[in-house]
Amino acid sequence: MSAKLSEIKNGNCATVTSIEDSSIRLKLMEMGLLPGKSVTVLFRAPLGDPIAIDVNGYILSLRLDEAALILVEEPSLAIA
Amino acid sequence: MKIALLGNPNTGKSSVFNLITGLRQQVGNFPGVTVEKKTGTLQIDGNSHTIIDFPGTYSLYPRSKDEQVVYSVLSNEDSEDYPDVVVVVVDQSNLERNLFLFSQIYDLGLPTILVLNMTDLAQRNGLSVDADKLKTFFPAAQIVSTNARVGMGKERLMTAIADMAQAAPERRTPIPLCPIDDVTCQEQEAKARYTYIHQVIDSSLSRVDKEKKAAVSSLDRLFVHPVFGYIIFAAILFVVFQFIFAFAVIPMDLIDTGFAEFAGWLSLSMPNGVFSDLICQGIIPGIGGVLVFVPQIALLFFFISILEETGYLSRVVFIMDRLMRPLGLNGKSVVPLMSSVACAIPGVMATRTIADWKERMITILVAPLMSCSARIPVYTLLIALVIPKTRILGIFNLQGLVLFGLYTLGLVAALVVAALLKFILKSRDKGFLMLELPSFKSPRWGNVGITVWEKVKVFILDAGKVILAISILLWALATYGPSESMKKNIAKAKKESKELHLSEEKTNHRVASAKMESSYIGHLGHFIEPAIQPLGYDWKIGISLITSFAAREVFVGSLSTIYAVNETDNVNKRLIDKMRAEKRSDGTKVYTLAAGASLMVFYVFAMQCMATLAVVKRETNSWKWPLIQIGFMGVLAYFGAMITFHLLS
Repeated sequence: MSAKLSEIKNGNCATVTSIEDSSIRLKLMEMGLLPGKSVTVLFRAPLGDPIAIDVNGYILSLRLDEAALILVEEPSLAIA
Repeated sequence: MKIALLGNPNTGKSSVFNLITGLRQQVGNFPGVTVEKKTGTLQIDGNSHTIIDFPGTYSLYPRSKDEQVVYSVLSNEDSEDYPDVVVVVVDQSNLERNLFLFSQIYDLGLPTILVLNMTDLAQRNGLSVDADKLKTFFPAAQIVSTNARVGMGKERLMTAIADMAQAAPERRTPIPLCPIDDVTCQEQEAKARYTYIHQVIDSSLSRVDKEKKAAVSSLDRLFVHPVFGYIIFAAILFVVFQFIFAFAVIPMDLIDTGFAEFAGWLSLSMPNGVFSDLICQGIIPGIGGVLVFVPQIALLFFFISILEETGYLSRVVFIMDRLMRPLGLNGKSVVPLMSSVACAIPGVMATRTIADWKERMITILVAPLMSCSARIPVYTLLIALVIPKTRILGIFNLQGLVLFGLYTLGLVAALVVAALLKFILKSRDKGFLMLELPSFKSPRWGNVGITVWEKVKVFILDAGKVILAISILLWALATYGPSESMKKNIAKAKKESKELHLSEEKTNHRVASAKMESSYIGHLGHFIEPAIQPLGYDWKIGISLITSFAAREVFVGSLSTIYAVNETDNVNKRLIDKMRAEKRSDGTKVYTLAAGASLMVFYVFAMQCMATLAVVKRETNSWKWPLIQIGFMGVLAYFGAMITFHLLS
């Protein structure tokens, strides 16, 4: 199911599919957020913004509007 | 040989730098920009090498002004900082992202040393890096593993540098960087690099626990908790300020009285004259005025660097960012603003961590509106003078409430001005956070000590020069005046004292007072009187306003000189009595409630601190910003005081 990274619930894992064209797209890519990368949403700040995600073992925090630029695919929970 | 030290933030780069240079470090700026440049010297086999610590960055393509330095130096062989060898520090526990910057630098073709740092953390996370396999991907690089935090690997790194110096390897053909404004090229490069890095990782990184799931640490649960997170932050702030207010006062008083006594002793033992006056009344108090800030700056940076070293500070940024954003500020503005309650100088210096230019500028511009400790003597004197000691609702002490109100007024003003500046300042870049939350570590005391030492050194050397210069200028203005009127007034004061049979001490005070009135500063006081009359002030207060431009607490000292009170007695009480008795020519009191409150409001807003101005100039590298600051704060102070005066009279 496709969604924005900002919509993913805490503790859930998602795979980056694309990043919307914006001034920070390059920076997000340089931080390791490339299509195909699997990330986990770890926790949110008290007002729900910013969020903290795990990228390959390090924690990156993103403002909600930054995370909304990242389109992700949530793996379906049903395992065959 | 020139060595560049590069790496991602939070990789222990500064630990590596401290490890190999010790205290042989110098802090300066990269030419033409305000970016801090730390340079160290390194002695290997009798040869001296210079090592430059570049700002931590995730990519050669910059995302902040600070990071731009890395690109502009490394892309320009004619740059004076262009290195002969580069040392790239890499966090082994986070190899993938770290190799991104490394591979960019490797492709520049310079002789490169790869430092695999944080061996312990990688081991704890069940990761191990096969250096030999890694080398097959980057054959020209020397690979060294270290754990700089505990001092491990120093010899290995030194040997590698010595080898490079001796072998003088040929430069490989560089793979050209993308143009700095060609984002498409840079994005394609990023994709290609990560594809390559994945191959590198697959071959050279082994993971014990392949299925290890990302988990939230219990510390993070606590620090970002909607209730406990803020409670913990408030508690930490409380402790820090306890230290700063309760304990910094002791060395500050020592410095203060020490310099005063030294100046007094020196003036007695030197022949009278201009030269002795310049030294004892201008230069020595000027130096004292610089050094008196050192305890607060040192303590504050001691705590801040501990919080930073442990990784806690980034959690504060994380929980505060959303609250600060509507005001044009950043989560990273919290620490500078809080620091400014002690003193705006370390506050302004602490804004360096804010990558976004606009958010940093706003933070610098509003920081001095937070009520600093130098305002306390002014507030206490004025409150005692005009606010009655009554209780409100039986419990609240009115004087205490007013003091609290003044602090609140400063805070509110800072936040409102910030929100306004958000619309005024133009910036092409949209502010962003994108902050790494590093793993928690125990602080390294060596790193903390070096940070404190450096901040103090920079303050004394850079800001100190300006403070000293202005102190001397103010001294000259208060000592000299049009000679005719000065002579006349001094003679008159002497004559009057004789007629009144005053003691020598009282005569001296009277003469000093007459001298100040007829000095250039006295004339300035008279000159600005029409302008400050609407605020309820006379020319004597005018003099104190001008002299306290040096530092706010000078206000009290100037008033005591002007009213020529006997300083051997209890200063405040006597001064207060004098001030209470002070009458205008029409017989009304000078210090009414309206005038007193107007002065308080003036001191909440006015930029009465040359030390802060000097630091803002240093941090922004131009006089433009300190002048803007003095301007808008002056306007706020003037009209705020005027409105207060008219509402209350």
